[in-house]
Amino acid sequence: MSARWTEFCLSAAAVGIAMVAYGLVGVATDGAWPAGLLAYGGGLGALVLVLHLAVRWRAPFADPLLVPVATLLNGLGLALIHRLDVARDGSFAERQLVWSAVGLLLTVVVVVVLRDHRWLRRYTFTAMVVGLVLLVMPLVPLLGVNINGAQIWVRVGPVGFQPGELAKIVLTVFFAGYLVTARDTLSLVGPKVLGLQLPRARDLGPLIVAWLASLAVLVLERDLGTSLLFFGLFVAMLYVATQRVSWIAIGMTLFVGGAVLAWSMFDHVQARVSAWLNPFDAEEYDRKFGGSFQLVQGLFGLANGGLVGTGIGEGRPQTVPYAESDFIIATLGEETGLTGLLAVLVVYLVLVERGLRTAVAVRDGFGKLLAGGLAFAIALQCFVVAGGVLRVIPLTGLTMPFLAYGGSSLVANWMIVGLLLRISDAARRPAPAVPEPEGTPVVPDVAGSAETQVVRL
Amino acid sequence: MNAPLRRLAMIVTAMFTALMVAATWVQFVDAGRLRDDPRNSRTLYEKLGRERGAITTADGTVIAQSEKVDDRYQYQRKYPKGDLYSAVTGTFSVTTGASGLEAAEDKYLSGTSDRYFFRRVSDLLTGTQPSGAVVETTLRDSVQQAAADGLGNQQGAVVALDPKTGAVLALYSSPGWDPNALASHDRSAAAQARAALEAEDSEPLVSKATRQSYPPGSTFKLITTAAALESGDYTADSLLDGPAELTLPQTSRTLANDDDRPCGTDGKTSLADALRVSCNTAYASLGMTLGQDVLREQAEKFGFNAGFDIPIGVAASTFPTGLDGAQLARSAIGQDSVTATPMQMAMVAAAIANGGVVMQPNLVRTVRGRDLEVLDAPSPDERGRAVSRQTAASLTAMMEGVVESGTGRRAQIPGVSVAGKTGTAQTVAGAAPHAWFTAFAPADDPKVAVAVLVENGGNAAQEASGGSVAAPIAKSVIQAALAAPSSGSAG
Repeated sequence: MSARWTEFCLSAAAVGIAMVAYGLVGVATDGAWPAGLLAYGGGLGALVLVLHLAVRWRAPFADPLLVPVATLLNGLGLALIHRLDVARDGSFAERQLVWSAVGLLLTVVVVVVLRDHRWLRRYTFTAMVVGLVLLVMPLVPLLGVNINGAQIWVRVGPVGFQPGELAKIVLTVFFAGYLVTARDTLSLVGPKVLGLQLPRARDLGPLIVAWLASLAVLVLERDLGTSLLFFGLFVAMLYVATQRVSWIAIGMTLFVGGAVLAWSMFDHVQARVSAWLNPFDAEEYDRKFGGSFQLVQGLFGLANGGLVGTGIGEGRPQTVPYAESDFIIATLGEETGLTGLLAVLVVYLVLVERGLRTAVAVRDGFGKLLAGGLAFAIALQCFVVAGGVLRVIPLTGLTMPFLAYGGSSLVANWMIVGLLLRISDAARRPAPAVPEPEGTPVVPDVAGSAETQVVRL
Repeated sequence: MNAPLRRLAMIVTAMFTALMVAATWVQFVDAGRLRDDPRNSRTLYEKLGRERGAITTADGTVIAQSEKVDDRYQYQRKYPKGDLYSAVTGTFSVTTGASGLEAAEDKYLSGTSDRYFFRRVSDLLTGTQPSGAVVETTLRDSVQQAAADGLGNQQGAVVALDPKTGAVLALYSSPGWDPNALASHDRSAAAQARAALEAEDSEPLVSKATRQSYPPGSTFKLITTAAALESGDYTADSLLDGPAELTLPQTSRTLANDDDRPCGTDGKTSLADALRVSCNTAYASLGMTLGQDVLREQAEKFGFNAGFDIPIGVAASTFPTGLDGAQLARSAIGQDSVTATPMQMAMVAAAIANGGVVMQPNLVRTVRGRDLEVLDAPSPDERGRAVSRQTAASLTAMMEGVVESGTGRRAQIPGVSVAGKTGTAQTVAGAAPHAWFTAFAPADDPKVAVAVLVENGGNAAQEASGGSVAAPIAKSVIQAALAAPSSGSAG
């Protein structure tokens, strides 16, 4: 079976699973399959079909797992949000469905319009400027909105948006473009300290700038998650570009320094940490702001879900504040159990690993960095969100890609899938049958190094 | 760049592995603890959606059951006997949780016990609506009723035990309260009912039988006597000094007999007579001679200084350390800082009745699943030996004397030899004394041991004594227990 038929069948299965999940909400709460089930499945299916056809047309060699995996997560998220709507009489699911449509259609646009991902490299410094503007936007008076203490929203008319989610893509483009140019300089060897080969001091500049920018996000927008995401992303991409472990060491040192600094300076950071360390203390649990109530309620939900879950529609995930966004993982774990949660984590892992595999396979350095960066951004975001809910790390404010309620996040993540589709198409496209020049071997792309076509992961 | 990308893939795998381990921890390893956290409202809702098992007496009277109702909680908990069993059942409230047996036996009643695991799995597979187990208590309805009738509108408590098994035959705290009102699904009605009960001076929600401890007064002389006999230096016939009053060491205060007269002829009394007439001065000096360590150790052998579960919680009765001479003298007659729950004093009588062995009091006879299969049937459990068989026999004879011709004459039952001890415990200055009576019968083959406490003399107020107020109640409870058919091995 060709890759495209694989994609078609898996996407159909993903829509099917999402429909079953959606239908079970009705069965559990009303005792009957919901009336809107076919419309829901048909709508989601039609959108995915459009994307599938666009991929067939413009990216026929693209990785066949990306679309089904994103569809499955998006569809499951819709079912869970709908489930919470039923419990709370809300209308989040309708809005999320609209944003899903927007996200899918923008992905179609990315696949159709962006014929070659290397075009993006030309806009490296435009991306930097746009990225910074997006990051700063929420701080602009009249434009930015403070929601729950974090200054990360922009409101234009009726539409609220988190520009940080888009900035994630744009800045990855910038990082990739900048690093592919600067990697040779940044890889130069500096002094050796404690057996670790350090870079030259003058090359520390970009890392320091990224660090300061992340701290600025933390301080000015009070957004722990985004700050952590950007810095982690930059360090990871720096490492991929230079192959120098020392960059990771320096990055971790700066991160720890920044974390300690943030902890000592800000009450809200301290509150998050103490709520993480002792969530069951009555003092933390009962604290009005920044306490552990939400975290503990999420853990209760997960515990009551147990191994197999209560069943979709049978639990009480609405007990947890923000169950549809920051705590969608708790909703999922309560109603589908450890089984469902592990399955979804594996699905995320598949998505990330397909992205990294694309990075390994693609020939140009910019493509490698872009695909690797985008895939790692998804992984890091999953880790920061799910780790917060599962008490691996303190809670920050990010949303689970595709699954959680939130238009900006959903649209941005679909666009990431679009970019990965485009890069994977380039990576998997068979080399054109160029007549081999006599005597001279084919010179591989500079960045491709020795193992161009060997895909091992 | 492929080598670092592969390493990045490994890092990503490690990150997801950490998430999966954490999820397994939260949802499987640590899940039991999280589910049992009282702040976890889901567990409560889950229980409410399941038909909760009934609670019955040993003779089949239903004292708590669930009825199907048409609201979001599905089942309404009902207490057909209202306040008669409130000190036992407690209540099962959707707003404030459970108390009493409803809390202590919750795992069985709600069907969440581990012993229910296979049942739950089969319910899941067969689609059967799961239900909780029935808890059959050791209580006997007629004995419980006699306890309530005896106390009437007076504040106090009655505990009746089977001395041979520790089975609790009656456990009543007066005033009772209506568990139905607190179990109401109407949150504000339930909250109002609770607030009203909490506002009452009589503190009805705190069981006077198990959660409150009182100065035991002269009933404590049983323990002082036990310590004297166990020391080997005394017998029932040993002569003690019993002056009309005793000056307490290092003070100018005195300790007097109730009638302000010396005990026995010319102020000399046998140990048996001292118990029979409840001679304070003789016991105070006996206590000082024995010493506080001997008294405390004897009290602890009967169960003092430790809380325990029956399975509802019983507060610790106390015999403190570091007493000075005056405190020791007063402690030997059950005053000063010595305190005891009615449950504890019933255990003292029961241990003497049982040849010196203290049985662990127990309220649960059997726990049965839906198909009547026995999930749990606690067997009688010895807490330990308090006194030797000879000491127990000697104490029994002395206690029979109390009822035959001493302070406890009002507990006499025609044709049955009753062994008992009165107590009239001083509380704060000016307040009427607490009236106590603890007893067992028949003396030669004990079937029931009781303790009766009437707070501040009850209706008799300042005129009250253990013999006049508490002994008649004990008598009617003993009569009820002896009339009821024996409930077999566990009851």
